[in-house]
Order: sequence, then structure tokens, then C-alpha cells
Amino acid sequence: MTTAETTTKSTSTFASKSRAARARAGLRKDPEPTVVRRARRRGAALGLLAWLAGILFFLPVAWMALTSFHSEADAATNPPSLGAPLTLDGYREFFGAGGGASPWPPLINSMTASVVSTVLVLLLALPAAYALSIKPVHKWRDVLFFFLSTKMLPVVAGLLPVYLFAKNTGMLDNIWLLVILYTAMNLPIAVWMMQSFLAEVPVSLIEAAQIDGARLPTILARVIAPIAGPGMAATALICFIFSWNEMLFARVLTGVTAQTAPVFLTSFITSQGLFLAKVCAASLMISLPVLAAGYAAQDKLVQGLSLGAVK
Amino acid sequence: MTTPPKTLAPRTGAAPPGQPRSPAPPTASSRRLKAWATRAPLLPALIFLIVVTQLPFVATLFISLFEWNSLYPDAREFAGISNYGTVLSDAALRESVLTTAVLTAAVVLVSLVLGLVLALLLDRTFKGRGLVRTMLITPFLLVPVAAALLWKHVLFNAEYGLFNGLINRGAGLVGIDDPVQPDWISEMPLLAIEASLIWQWTPFMMLILLAGLQSRPLDMIEAARLDGADSWQIFRYLTLPHLRRYLELGALLGSIYIVQNFDAVFTLTSGGLGTANLPYTIYETFYRAHEYGMASAAGVLVVIGSILIATFALRVVSSLFSGEVSRA
Repeated sequence: MTTAETTTKSTSTFASKSRAARARAGLRKDPEPTVVRRARRRGAALGLLAWLAGILFFLPVAWMALTSFHSEADAATNPPSLGAPLTLDGYREFFGAGGGASPWPPLINSMTASVVSTVLVLLLALPAAYALSIKPVHKWRDVLFFFLSTKMLPVVAGLLPVYLFAKNTGMLDNIWLLVILYTAMNLPIAVWMMQSFLAEVPVSLIEAAQIDGARLPTILARVIAPIAGPGMAATALICFIFSWNEMLFARVLTGVTAQTAPVFLTSFITSQGLFLAKVCAASLMISLPVLAAGYAAQDKLVQGLSLGAVK
Repeated sequence: MTTPPKTLAPRTGAAPPGQPRSPAPPTASSRRLKAWATRAPLLPALIFLIVVTQLPFVATLFISLFEWNSLYPDAREFAGISNYGTVLSDAALRESVLTTAVLTAAVVLVSLVLGLVLALLLDRTFKGRGLVRTMLITPFLLVPVAAALLWKHVLFNAEYGLFNGLINRGAGLVGIDDPVQPDWISEMPLLAIEASLIWQWTPFMMLILLAGLQSRPLDMIEAARLDGADSWQIFRYLTLPHLRRYLELGALLGSIYIVQNFDAVFTLTSGGLGTANLPYTIYETFYRAHEYGMASAAGVLVVIGSILIATFALRVVSSLFSGEVSRA
């Protein structure tokens, strides 16, 4: 008897035994394919369930987008009119065609506040993160946690002194006040994120560059930027999102000239006749920069939102 | 004087010509200079942050000790802690504390559970997974005011909102002529706010928990599977304990953000119908009622409450943080 035959024989005995056992347990013959098929069917079902969940969560946004392209009369029907003709009237209305307030000043204000504060945040956070990771100060952990703790105090508790300060210095309704506040609001997040990105740069690489005679600017540009660059871009996008979304400070501290986009949106809170398509167009247009930034920073979004605690 | 640090000497010695001159022998003052040079990059951020975010709190504490209504500026006087007494015995304010607690707990718990289910569904490979993830995070990427407007006007509206529209269409299909058409916001105001916030925050929880799932030690799960553990046992005894810290983190960060929520309450109900939470009440007290002293006292109480939550939050972040560092 050859080895091959022995193997075949023992395998077949095993197979027949297990088949007999399964038959006794009341299962169908030929078990292997069934198990595989069942696992695959279960996998497909779970995949389908994930798709359903995704569509369910996305549906309100999709419906909002569709409504924004309907005429006001078609937007406000019950039951909903799915196949109504599409029009850009909602967007024309939003941009002030119907004699309403133009959205451009608030959009420009929001853009100014978000972009300038993000640049300031990066300028302040990069050196700070450097001093907390690459060339750490004594007790750098405590400093890092101090930054985080300031983020946990509720904004509303500091609102009144800021308002009084602005009123007495003539800074009310001034977009630069929001720039300063948004910079402070996002600084802890940025320091935390950048610290975690800079910590990924191997110290040996920096030392090697130093031995080769590289100065700090060269090291920043040639060693640190390539490794920590994507993370810094994500940090910038997240700071931009938070500034763009902010409404409480903007609502209390701005009026006519420095009004931001979210405050502009609050004028839609009370319904005014047929205005559903316009509301949808406005909400989408004003969310567009955030959606773009958020999709771009998707992979690093968790790290930013969890203040660097989750990678 | 202590000997110079050993590491300095060989590196300076090995440096090629053109390297900055070797540092002067470290005296006490030069060492202090060096320490400040290390600290210097940190200082602008630190000082800016303290001035802009910490000083206002000190001012709030100060104002809270005064009887001060800006409509009667001449009547401002030192009042000690009497504002705190007024605030604590104010029925509306106590109710807003309760509202804040209910709102925060409901939104955090439901979105954590939903987020966990979604994270488990997404932690597998299937066709179009990236697209599903993108669809799922979209609610979180709407401007909060825009999301609240969407729920208020497009979904909840009693006459032409999508929910009542769907009920109407569904009832029409089964032959009911006059289906219920609830006025969602006035019939269940707090639930309406909670629903819109859960919709926005579930993706956040999902992202955190998905990161947790993807950091599971796969070899351990493989070993358990070989030892005959079934999926439920693996979930119960391996996945869930591993996720604990991520669940805590999600709950605490969610609490910090939702306790402070202003946009949804302001947009959906304007604080009416018993939905005014603490931030909204404080905003009303100072912005509309001009009661500066009372608003500040309430603010100080909110800060104390937040510090309690934050202490736990910092501990959780710290434990995750040390985990990262020790792994590195």
C-alpha cells in the first residue's frame, strides 16, 4: 500500500464518518458547499444591510437636494412629488434674484473668518506642536492636556465678558473679532492633532539631517513636511469646518456687516409662505464648503474630532 | 558646576566643518537660556489661548457676584453669592438643567448604539464600502443650522414635510383616506430635537468605533476562532472589551459637544415648548433679559458641571494616549 492510498483512505473514512454524523444530525448531504454558501449569503445580507443604512442616513440630504431643484409649488406638496420638473429657481432666489438679501456678504465674511483663523491656528500650532513632540519641553504631557482641557469648558460661559469687551472697544459686528475667537477655539484641536502627526517623524531622521549640516528651515521643509504634511492639511480642513459651522458667537457678536453664513441661515427659521426650495438651496450652498472639506479630510476626520486620541 | 551633558560632546566633535560652533560651556545662565529656547515656540500659542479663553471665565466669575441688569446700569451693585441662590431656586433654570441632561443622555446613548451597529456593518469588506461610508458621514458634514432647518421644514413640517408625505402616500397605497398627520415639532418637541441630533451624531460615533474595531489585535481573534469560539463569543469577550475605551471616548466627547448644543434648540423650537437647555437659557438670560449677573452665575455653574464631565473625559483620553505611546 502506498502512502497516497493511505491518505486517500483515511480521508475518505473521515469524510464518510463526518457525513454520517451530519446525516444523523439531520443536515443535508455534501456539507462543505452549504457552509460556504451560507457564509457568503450571510455576508451578502450584511452588505445589503450596510447599504440600506447608508441610503437611509443619506436620504434626507438627497431629498433636500432634489427639493432645491423643484419649483416652490412642487416642493410643498403632500404626498411628495418625486418626478416634478427641475428648475434653478430656488438657487436664483437664494442668490437674491427675488429681491431678498444677497448671500454674498455673509459668505465672504464666513470665508474670511474661516480661512484667516485657520492660517493663524496653523502658525501658532506648528511651533507649539514642535515644542511638544520633536524637541519636547519639560512636562510636555501636562501642557498638552492643558490645551485639551480648555476645549472642554462651555463656550456659553465666557460669552458675556467677550460681548462686553467687544461692546466697549467698538469691536461688535467686526469680522476680525470672530477671527480671533475662532483661532482660540480651534487652537487646542490643532495642537493636539499636529503633535500626534509630528510625533510620527522619526527622531533619527532629524538627527541625521542635523549631522549633514541642515538648519531648521531645511529640516522643516525637507524632513518634517513630507511626513507630517497630509496630517497638517487635514488639521487645516477640520479647523476650517469648525469655524465655518460656528453660530453662537457669530449670532451674539455680529449684526449687519459682519454677519456669517450660518447666521444668514437663521433668517429661515420662521416659515415665510412658499420658501421650501429656497431653504433647501440655501442650506446646501452654505454647507457645500464643509462637505467638500469633510470629504477631503475623511480619513483623518476621526483623529481631529477625537482631539487626536483615536488614530 | 555639573559636568556638561555627555551627548553634546561627541555630536559636536563629529560635526563636519561648517556646522554651528560648539556651544559655550554650559553655565547656569546658558542652560536657562537653552530651556527658554526650547519653550519659546510654545509660548505664543499658550499665551494667546490663556488670554482669549481663560480670562473671560475669570471675568464671568467676577460678574456673577454683581447685581447687574444692563437695562438699569445705575443699579449695579455687589451682591455676593445671592445670584447663585436666585439661579438655583429658579424653576425655569432647574428645568433647563433637566432638559440638558435628558437631551444629552438620549442623543449620546442612541447614537452610540446605532454607531456601533453601523461600525460593525462597515468593518467588513463588501462592494461599495467606501461609498456607503461617505453617505453615512454626510449628515455630520452639514452645517448644524442647515441640518436643523432640514429637519424643521423639509422633514417635520405638518403640511408638506417628507414624514407626513410618506405617511400619506403609504396610507393611500393601503386604502386609508385620512391618515394621521402629526405636527411633529409641537407634539413631541424634545424628541424632534433628539432625532435630528442623533441623525447628525451617529456618524461621529461610527467613525470612532470603526477606528476602534480596526485596531483590534487580529491574531487574538484568529486564535479564538481556531479554539472554536463563535462570532457572538468573539464579540462579547474580545471585541467589546477592546472597544470599551472607544465607547467611553465617544460618550464623553459626544457629551461635551451636545451639552453645549445651541444650534438645534435655537433653530427647531427657539427654546420653546420646554426644550430650552442650559446654553439656550443662559443666552436668553443675558441676550434678551439683560440679566448679566444671573447669566454669569448660571455660566459658572455650567463650568463646574463641565469640569466634572471633563475630568472623566481627560482620564479616558489620557489612557488612550498612554496606550498609543507605549505601543510606539
